[in-house]
Amino acid sequence: MGLPLFPSGDDPGPSFAALLRRTNPTTPLLPGTDASAGTLTVRHGTTVVALRYGDGVIMAGDRRATEGHIIAHRAMEKVFAADRHSAVAIAGAAGPAVQMVRLFQTQLEHYEKVEGVALSLEGKANQLGQMVREHLPMAMQGLVVVPLFAGYDLARGLGRIFSYDVTGGHYEEADHAATGSGGRDARTTIKLGWHPSLARDEAIELAVRALYEAADEDAATGGPDLVRGIFPMVATVTVEGYDTVSDAEVAERFGSLLERRSGGATS
Amino acid sequence: MTMPYYVAPEQVMKDRAEYAQKGIARGRSLVATIYDGGILMVAENPSRSLHKVSEIYDRIAFAGVGKYNEFDQLRVSGVRHADTKGFAFSREDVDARSLANLYAQYLGQVFTHEMKPLEVEVLVAELGTDQRHDQLYHIAYEGTITDEDHFAVLGGETETITTRVAAAFVDGWDLDTALRGAVSALAGPDRTLGAEDLEVAVLARTTGRRAFRRLGVEELGQRLSAPRRGGRGSKAAAPTSPPDEGS
Repeated sequence: MGLPLFPSGDDPGPSFAALLRRTNPTTPLLPGTDASAGTLTVRHGTTVVALRYGDGVIMAGDRRATEGHIIAHRAMEKVFAADRHSAVAIAGAAGPAVQMVRLFQTQLEHYEKVEGVALSLEGKANQLGQMVREHLPMAMQGLVVVPLFAGYDLARGLGRIFSYDVTGGHYEEADHAATGSGGRDARTTIKLGWHPSLARDEAIELAVRALYEAADEDAATGGPDLVRGIFPMVATVTVEGYDTVSDAEVAERFGSLLERRSGGATS
Repeated sequence: MTMPYYVAPEQVMKDRAEYAQKGIARGRSLVATIYDGGILMVAENPSRSLHKVSEIYDRIAFAGVGKYNEFDQLRVSGVRHADTKGFAFSREDVDARSLANLYAQYLGQVFTHEMKPLEVEVLVAELGTDQRHDQLYHIAYEGTITDEDHFAVLGGETETITTRVAAAFVDGWDLDTALRGAVSALAGPDRTLGAEDLEVAVLARTTGRRAFRRLGVEELGQRLSAPRRGGRGSKAAAPTSPPDEGS
């Protein structure tokens, strides 16, 4: 592998995807872009949610991955730091989704290093949209990947959320979003509990509750696993940057949620 | 009727070397040194946006002197090489040595085969797990690669600046001391360089993945003017702001 130098009229610019295509034209960027999925059973990740709160945004995802009716993984991570000030969560076919996240992370950092400045939040959302769109042929064959993107917009000083569809279309959400098989139930829960001045603790609890309700209704969504000590993955993005919420804190929030529910059931 | 003149290869090489050296000496110099909390790179550069020191990868930085367009092309190709390698394999597999070798090969190739040599000198720095594993690879315009132990000086007047840095150098110095030492070595006895004239960045040994951080004008001013205090360097080197700020 020599030094990747290009003549000035034929330079891939700050795009990592364009660079990969130039240096490695035979390898598809995302796995399986030229193979037929047919009736394969592949790993699927399920419910992820994002909601705005006072300091920024919260993203959370359950930990279950399924292969048809089988639980394939109990502790899968579906929420990732895209860069310092944004997060991406995935639902759908796990293999291509995780690869898409890796490509997206590398793309954002690559742009920042080559250009010397980070992309705007809107620019990042567009980039992810293009990747989802490129994946459309595979989505048509059943390997659907639908991400959620959220970040802290440093220029505007607020948290913003973008949801996607399989065609790469992306839509800014006002306050919250959820996707995946349990997304509908999660969204309803958030809708009922959300208000603009949520504090961090309340927002974490609302996100955890939304995933709990989704797991209650949807077989492919995993609830908190007290036996193994596996809890939903929760991350915050604020002006300080991306930060994961510790398992202990999620467990505590979940504990207080359970307490309130069991109290409510007896009364 | 005109016959091509015979020019001895020694003469060709000498002329090219002289040409490259002249080009490099026109620009301002750069000092990089290992301190107790990482690697410090100080360049005399009045521009806030045309950087001489940049991030290549998590623990790897690039510094170049000479012709801006030429070393910037090398920088971008370094970022491309590192990101491609990290994406294809793993982030741990990206190292400074292989990149430094690629630069050396390319510079050597251009020096011997092209009409015009590149008028640049570059440095590839990699932060190790501890101070003994920090690496500074200094690559000259003709592709000579040197592995420096404590500090590297790039640009014109390297000999005088090297003497001054060597006189000030203390193994394991803290960030503020190293910074002042590097700045006064760059300035020499007759000048003083302020925060506005400098571009400073560090590869700081912290827990974060990306070790590269720029020191903005404000922080630089404070560090250069603050009275000497022991043990402050490593603590103050923690990344308090993202590297793209204050640049």
